[in-house]
Amino acid sequence: MATKASRAAARLMLAPAVILLLGWMLVPLTMTVIFSFKRYLPMRGGDLGWVGFENYVRFVSSSAFWPAVQSTLMIVGGVLLITVVLGVLLAILLDQPMWGQGIVRILVIAPFFVMPTVSALVWKNMFMDPVNGLFAHLWRFFGATPVSWLSEASMPSIILIVSWQWLPFATLILLTAIQSLDSEQLEAAEMDGAPPLSRFIYITLPHLARAITIVVLIQTIFLLAIFAEIFVTTQGAFGTRTLTYLIFQRVLESQNVGLGSAGGVYAIILANILALFLMRIVGKNLDR
Amino acid sequence: MGRIVLDQVTKSFGDVTVIPPLDLTIEDGEFAVFVGPSGCGKSTLLRLIAGLEDVTSGAIRIDGEDATSISPAKRGLAMVFQSYALYPHMSVRKNIAFPLRMAGMDKAEQDRRVDLAASVLNLTDYLDRRPGQLSGGQRQRVAIGRAIVREPAAFLFDEPLSNLDAALRVGMRLEISELHKRLKTTMIYVTHDQVEAMTMADKIVVLRAGFIEQVGSPLDLYHAPRNLFVAGFIGSPKMNLIAGAEAAKHDAHTIGVRPEHISVSATDGEWSGVVAVSEHLGSDTFFHVHQTGLADTITVRADGEVGFRHGDRIHMTPRADVIHRFDEQGLRIA
Repeated sequence: MATKASRAAARLMLAPAVILLLGWMLVPLTMTVIFSFKRYLPMRGGDLGWVGFENYVRFVSSSAFWPAVQSTLMIVGGVLLITVVLGVLLAILLDQPMWGQGIVRILVIAPFFVMPTVSALVWKNMFMDPVNGLFAHLWRFFGATPVSWLSEASMPSIILIVSWQWLPFATLILLTAIQSLDSEQLEAAEMDGAPPLSRFIYITLPHLARAITIVVLIQTIFLLAIFAEIFVTTQGAFGTRTLTYLIFQRVLESQNVGLGSAGGVYAIILANILALFLMRIVGKNLDR
Repeated sequence: MGRIVLDQVTKSFGDVTVIPPLDLTIEDGEFAVFVGPSGCGKSTLLRLIAGLEDVTSGAIRIDGEDATSISPAKRGLAMVFQSYALYPHMSVRKNIAFPLRMAGMDKAEQDRRVDLAASVLNLTDYLDRRPGQLSGGQRQRVAIGRAIVREPAAFLFDEPLSNLDAALRVGMRLEISELHKRLKTTMIYVTHDQVEAMTMADKIVVLRAGFIEQVGSPLDLYHAPRNLFVAGFIGSPKMNLIAGAEAAKHDAHTIGVRPEHISVSATDGEWSGVVAVSEHLGSDTFFHVHQTGLADTITVRADGEVGFRHGDRIHMTPRADVIHRFDEQGLRIA
């Protein structure tokens, strides 16, 4: 990359990819912003002209807005908590030398390969079905009344399903981090009189801090947009309507593209605030 | 107090025996160095004493108390690791205070001991830095500081200088020796470098494949190596080992002559050969001599001013009173 000619060639060769990526991002973004300032009802008259900030005001003042924000944060927070805590424990477990290590690691990672729609369907019909589900059979075996999970405990059920999908990701990242921990540090701490719990708190956990922030950052971005799991299970009922799902309903069920687009812009702003906030934490952690 | 006794200690990993039955006593206040080629079991032996590995059989006694099944923390030993094993996310102060904090010592006493250790080791200006911001020598000192604040019964060093450059190594060698003179605490030091062993030790333990080849003071080992292995390992450059007819003249299977015990001359001497390489160090000159009819290469030390060059024929005479004689089994003939 030293000469002028090679720099020019490099730019030329990068151009198609950059243009494609920019187009991919900029066109939908611009269209969303344009629609959000319009009254646009595809089945009821189409484009009805500019309306200023009316869509923004309506979206926020709707009675569904704040509960949607709340359930979004609950799902993101709940899944993060479960995946990080269990991920750290699983990573420590998988780091122990044991027989059949390779196979066990592949099995642990397997849920990540299952498509969200499929895994949600499997959970809904195989485990959580109140009549034929495995949980129902288990409950009946112990003489208890089966729980209809998705309507009675809808939020915990969805958090469970999504956590099951994302736990492998967290485990994988944390396992690679834990493998890079110098065993002499743990031995030094052992010589220094630190019992196992203290070694975990003072040596292992600080070593994992960076990996944990990365897991939190990446998962937050993806979890803000979860959709399939809600679509195939509760359809947004029983207090599981997230911001993403609310936008979907506005656009496709109410056929109000303008209102949905305004929601989309809010979602972009929310995601960026969170990302900025998280990047600063990661940045602080990466400094050391 | 720190008298460490190993009684018939063995260690195997699966079917592989690393340490065959071994007896060793390290007296209180002694600076003992375990030395040997890599893979000779010296680090394993240190880890057995530390308690980081369990002995397969035998007993380890520290100050007369059986420590064989006591956890590493309770043995009252402190260890300095080859990689220093500092805690990267803690400041130097917190690193040094960590063992005290784990022992539940009150904050004022912790600070007092850390400040004392820091002043001994010239670390006072660096207490608030993290290990990543320190040089190799400073990290080494932090690791030593973390060991001395515990006031242990004995210090264990696992090749502590092997990650430092040559100049720093000489400096740290002196600092550790000085520390030992001041603290008068038992120290066990593992190294593969015989120069470190010779310069620092009160007692050298030469190991090969888990067996103790010889135990003694540096000069004992230099003047009276018990066998060919010790003879070849201790001393720099290595002792010249000569077998065959020349050895038979001295009623031995092999004779050993140190390079510093051979005098050179241009005209006459007992042996002769052609100089292959001459290394001029200023103070000394080493000649590597070929075509002697005795061994592949004979190494000779001469004064710095002696100026033979590649291809010169020289004559050599060994000092008769310091020829080491060994029998067929490689053992020393007294």
